[in-house]
Amino acid sequence: MNKIFRINMSNLTTKCESVPEEWAGLGGRGLTSTIVAAEVPPRCHPLGPNNKLVFAPGLLTGTPAAQSGRLSAGAKSPLTGTIKESNAGGTAAQQLARMGIKAIIIEGAPTEDKWYRLHITMDGITFEAADSLVGKQNFAIIDEMIDTFGPKIGVLSIGVPGEMRMCAANISVKDPDQKIRSHGRGGLGAVMGSKKIKCITIDDTGASKVPIADPDKFRAAAKIFAKSLLDHPVSGEGLPTYGTNILINILNEAGGLPTKNFRYGQCEHHEKISGETMHDTIVERGGKHKHGCHAGCIIQCSQVYVDRAGGYITSGFEYETIWGLGANAMIEDLDDIAKCDNLMDDIGIDSIEGAVLLATAMEAGVIPWGDGKECQRVLRDEIGKGTPLGRILGNGTGMVGTAYGLVRVPVVKNQGIPAYDPRSVKGIGITYATSTMGADHTAGYTIATNILKVGGYVDPLTKDGQVELSRNLQIATAAVDSTGMCVFIAFPALDIPESFTALIDLLNATYGLDLTADDVTELGKKILKIEHDFNTAAGFSKQDDRLPEFFSYEPIPPHNAVWDFTDEEIDEFWDF
Amino acid sequence: MTIFVKLFAGFRENRFKVAKREVKDDCTIADVLEQLGIKEPELGVALIDGRHVTSDQVLHAGVTISLFPKVGGG
Ligand code: SF4
Repeated sequence: MNKIFRINMSNLTTKCESVPEEWAGLGGRGLTSTIVAAEVPPRCHPLGPNNKLVFAPGLLTGTPAAQSGRLSAGAKSPLTGTIKESNAGGTAAQQLARMGIKAIIIEGAPTEDKWYRLHITMDGITFEAADSLVGKQNFAIIDEMIDTFGPKIGVLSIGVPGEMRMCAANISVKDPDQKIRSHGRGGLGAVMGSKKIKCITIDDTGASKVPIADPDKFRAAAKIFAKSLLDHPVSGEGLPTYGTNILINILNEAGGLPTKNFRYGQCEHHEKISGETMHDTIVERGGKHKHGCHAGCIIQCSQVYVDRAGGYITSGFEYETIWGLGANAMIEDLDDIAKCDNLMDDIGIDSIEGAVLLATAMEAGVIPWGDGKECQRVLRDEIGKGTPLGRILGNGTGMVGTAYGLVRVPVVKNQGIPAYDPRSVKGIGITYATSTMGADHTAGYTIATNILKVGGYVDPLTKDGQVELSRNLQIATAAVDSTGMCVFIAFPALDIPESFTALIDLLNATYGLDLTADDVTELGKKILKIEHDFNTAAGFSKQDDRLPEFFSYEPIPPHNAVWDFTDEEIDEFWDF
Repeated sequence: MTIFVKLFAGFRENRFKVAKREVKDDCTIADVLEQLGIKEPELGVALIDGRHVTSDQVLHAGVTISLFPKVGGG
């Protein structure tokens, strides 16, 4: 990967640059965050010409290493106002990596009201008129691109909410089954919309293999790494069988499943929306209970959820989405939840922000609690069409709270809080508070240690050890997000020492380096600090590293836990 | 004494979801696992009233225990 493409949307020019030395050892999140921090003025308007949208495959993407096919997208987020990285599976990352493209930097903004499709081939990048795609949602765009270019074409696209620059808009990535994966969080679809790019197509004809400095060492490490993924009970058995949705019942039993907009920690109809029920339903109806989001995924946490007649409803049906609609918004019917998930893919909004904002709209009285059919209508006909109500909702949970004068608004840095209650799972509360991304569970997934007993055990209900746990995980995650690896490699990496060593060996074998575990930790620290400095320069202070006030005075049953960290305790997070 | 056992994920196969069980006094989680034919290393998480416990935890009459194999998500 030796090329960096700079796309200037102000004057419609492209430039192919060589990789500066200081960026050579970076990929994925490490690279997108470094570029955004170096080139985007922190106080710029996220939808203005000075923001940049950066795509970067991970350091190992395009190699045969299992799980390595993730693409990072970065920018200043219109939702949070912070720096943002969001990574996704799909085919684009591996295509770009094989084409030798280390990053694409999209800058400026067109002055004319015209829409574009960027077309990427081995000859370079061209600007194609895309006005005929305007008003179309993602599945229609993907179909049209397949009709035009054939099934192997890579597609990144935005739906109508992205065109309208709504803060919940995501960027969709075509997956190997012609369905959708998403750069979900932080409104990056709105940034793409502000650059007037409706779609990016990737034709990798003529691309070669990613060069590997030491193929023998690589093969040996790849084998150990893959074996560790299959040997660990979570990645080898739990995730492929039940998907991430196995968590519904665990969080419910532990009292950490936010229910009815964060009122309760347990949900009465948990069994109906659980991973066990979902697995049985998929098997009974002839869907697929295991499925990968990119070629080379051997964990296969994804699935294809079908209706009674066996027809496709959705895939990549995640715990967070099912929690948000099922427990938090009280929808009891998994089919309705699946249809909402499909609609969120189609119109292109983040399925976490989307689910959290729908529950907030229920709190506001806009949608009846638990009304899955009305949620589908609101997604399709309000948010998907950009009606005035749709624009209030489509701008995220915080906007809904403000518009309707609500107090119980679960956001940190204006990003919706996902599926784990911070009062009864305190480590994840530290991650929500301190993450450079706003509320984000993946940034430092303490659930592993607080709830699942992976990587040790830290009692979720006491404050002891949570700051350190979250810090260590956030540092490790920042590094893993730079490799192009899916975050689930963390389960074996936390428990099986050879797994982490093999990951480092893969990096060393690919690039001919001698990195040690300490170097990887240093990389993670450096990335977090770059991101934190950007946020500080953008106007954020430690006063923003806080959870909403209601968590401190509304005890959550069954443990009646409250959020009880002092400001000083939270701020210790940054002592490294 | 009587206790209630809730099983999840793969532990349900050929067993049950929820059941009332008769166990001896001073019974531990490990004893319940044995009664159910589950090997201890297969246990991921055991909870009593929403609190994590280890397999040597002694049970009281009437408690509900939740048992999970090693699973996870994210
Ligand atoms: S385990 Fe899941 S998220 Fe990770 S690469 Fe496979 S399908 Fe994608």
